[in-house]
Amino acid sequence: MPLYFKDWDLVVPGELLAEGNYKLGSNVYKEDGRIYSNVVGILKLTRGTINVVPLSGPYIPKVGDLVIGEVIDVTASSYVVDIRAPHVAFLHASEASTKPINPHEEDLRKLYDVGDMIVAKVIAFDRAFNPSLTCKERGLGKITRGRIIAIPAVKVPRLIGRRKSMITMIKSETGCEIVVGQNGYIWVVGKTPEDEDLVAEAIKKIVEEAHVTGLTARIMKMLKDKKRRQP
Amino acid sequence: MAGERLISSDGIRHDGRRLDELRPIKMAVGVLKNADGSAYVEQGNTKILAAVYGPRSIHPRHLAYPDRARVRCRYHMAPFSVEVRKSPAPSRREIELSKVIREALSHAIFLEQFPATAIDVFIEVLEADGSTRCVGINAASLALADAGIPMKDLVAACAVGKVEGHLVVDLTDLEDKNGEVDMPFAMMYGRKKITLLQLDGILSYEELCKAVDLAMTACEKIYAMQKEALKQRYLALRKSIEEGGG
Amino acid sequence: MISKVKKAQILSLLNSGKRIDGRSLEQYRQIKVETNLISRADGSARVSLGDTLVLVGVKYEVGPPFPDTPDLGVLTVNAEFLPLASPTFESGPPDENAIELARVIDRSLRKSNAVDLTKLCLIPGKSVWIAWVDIYVLNHDGNLIDASALATSAALLTSKIPKAEVEGDKVKVIYEERLPPPLTSLPVTVTVAKIGGALVVDPVLDEEEVADAKIAMSVVGDKICAAQKMGEGSFEVAEVKKAASLAIEKAKELQDKLIQLPKP
Repeated sequence: MPLYFKDWDLVVPGELLAEGNYKLGSNVYKEDGRIYSNVVGILKLTRGTINVVPLSGPYIPKVGDLVIGEVIDVTASSYVVDIRAPHVAFLHASEASTKPINPHEEDLRKLYDVGDMIVAKVIAFDRAFNPSLTCKERGLGKITRGRIIAIPAVKVPRLIGRRKSMITMIKSETGCEIVVGQNGYIWVVGKTPEDEDLVAEAIKKIVEEAHVTGLTARIMKMLKDKKRRQP
Repeated sequence: MAGERLISSDGIRHDGRRLDELRPIKMAVGVLKNADGSAYVEQGNTKILAAVYGPRSIHPRHLAYPDRARVRCRYHMAPFSVEVRKSPAPSRREIELSKVIREALSHAIFLEQFPATAIDVFIEVLEADGSTRCVGINAASLALADAGIPMKDLVAACAVGKVEGHLVVDLTDLEDKNGEVDMPFAMMYGRKKITLLQLDGILSYEELCKAVDLAMTACEKIYAMQKEALKQRYLALRKSIEEGGG
Repeated sequence: MISKVKKAQILSLLNSGKRIDGRSLEQYRQIKVETNLISRADGSARVSLGDTLVLVGVKYEVGPPFPDTPDLGVLTVNAEFLPLASPTFESGPPDENAIELARVIDRSLRKSNAVDLTKLCLIPGKSVWIAWVDIYVLNHDGNLIDASALATSAALLTSKIPKAEVEGDKVKVIYEERLPPPLTSLPVTVTVAKIGGALVVDPVLDEEEVADAKIAMSVVGDKICAAQKMGEGSFEVAEVKKAASLAIEKAKELQDKLIQLPKP
């Protein structure tokens, strides 16, 4: 079963990765027994499964994803939310809050208005239709403080790290609260703006260097160096 | 051009190239900030910028395909790209080329993964010196890959022509206007699938077969350059980190 | 849009070398060519290819040449996919399909030098004959290009150009006297569609809707003078070569239709 590349190799669409009975992970396809990459990305081989981790690409919602989105319209019974996916998402009034809302009696805009950023969860998604969201859980709802940083959705796994190692490290080094939306919006709340700046820098570096090994160590070093220099 | 030959007696073309030689090619990926994917390609003096937006919602809604993405392509020449200023309004030629380029690229994309969306491809010819649709396809393939849109393969394109009786590769504008044949050609090179083939000029069956084989050999070189251009974006940074220590 | 059932039917029939209308893979539908139908046009032809129906009108007019070719006549080809021809055609300016069809036929005429533009010059830089070819699609049941190309060649072949006399720097047109236009050989176009692994000649509309792609090849004599791959699918190299040899072979049948035309 020939394998033409090794772990961490950079591959492009149409590149022949392997032949034979490998299990197919994400962003690969098989034709006539040959396995090809379908994106520009990093080859990762785990326990006989071939994956390519993409370096760019659209956000494809999955049920259960935590996302951060912007309310772009309010209709009679729901909110239209831009979650940076190919289709806009809908948040129905009945799912909008842990407190029940009656759209016939209340103005939905009192809860979330156009321009508000919200943390929500994807509860339904069929690729042909718009995703449905809910805010009916603790921790979900309108964002009123801190800042929001946008990154490509495909880099989110790298930001979180294996077993959350990267994100946990950043939180502890900076003392900030960080909520990572699977769709590439990151909500940061720090004790000071300088702490939030540190998080922003770390995130920027992760996005740029996602394809290079040893990233967690380099980010930790960068954060420690920067903190030492803080007044 | 009366009296001046386009190809010398020892097979050297007006710009110094051999019959089967490509022009100097430059490729850069990720050149525009807002587009989801972008690329800039120069082949000789032909300079083309391509950008991709998508997959994104499609308006008006009735244009959407329920089971896959819809590729829309706009091939457009800048007014200053040609010898005599061209009006910015889309010409019939630009409309035809937008169609054939769209059809050259669509087959390479996994359209079924994004139902009811649009993938918009924009090709702007900044300077035109022959083979603009082929260079446009080369740039658009890079832009699609840069956008992270899943593709079966990259599409490589090259025009083969017949000038003063000789089959030549990668035509300049002079060769296209004064030659006997222009055959634009594009292929998903890894999978050997032809996605663009046009012929303007007279060829016998044998000449057509030879021209197709010549085009394939040229596309092999372009395909290798496209792969390199996509990887270079990331490899340069990786190399500097691994050598310098971040 | 074609139903899944119909698509499956077409594919399974092809597997046993048959088509939905009983033709063999390389067989043309019934072709009828009629000429000189529109007396106000200088040339006209109507072609029916099965149920596909196309009417072409030719009109000759004296006018200025293009600035970069002062001693050549002008040939322009335009196509209209009339809304009455199909539920899918809308009113309005020609869409990309109509533009493509006109340009492919234009290229085939130009490269084969079908109309000798050098003989259409009256006063260099000032007055030349302009040949307007207008293609009118009347009913769409597939393979509009072959029908349109055949009708175009037939209309040109049977057209008559008015006599023109040059007096100093003025052109006098004598409409009552007519001459045959300066023509060399006229091309015909053969379209091959790829459906699954099969190549079929002259696809009917249902076949076009399930085809992976089509390739149209214009033939003059035994050489190819224009080609256009159409559709979002692809061809293998061997399929392109096979389509070319098929086109050269089948062109003879279409060329015969032109030879049989009553000469004006």
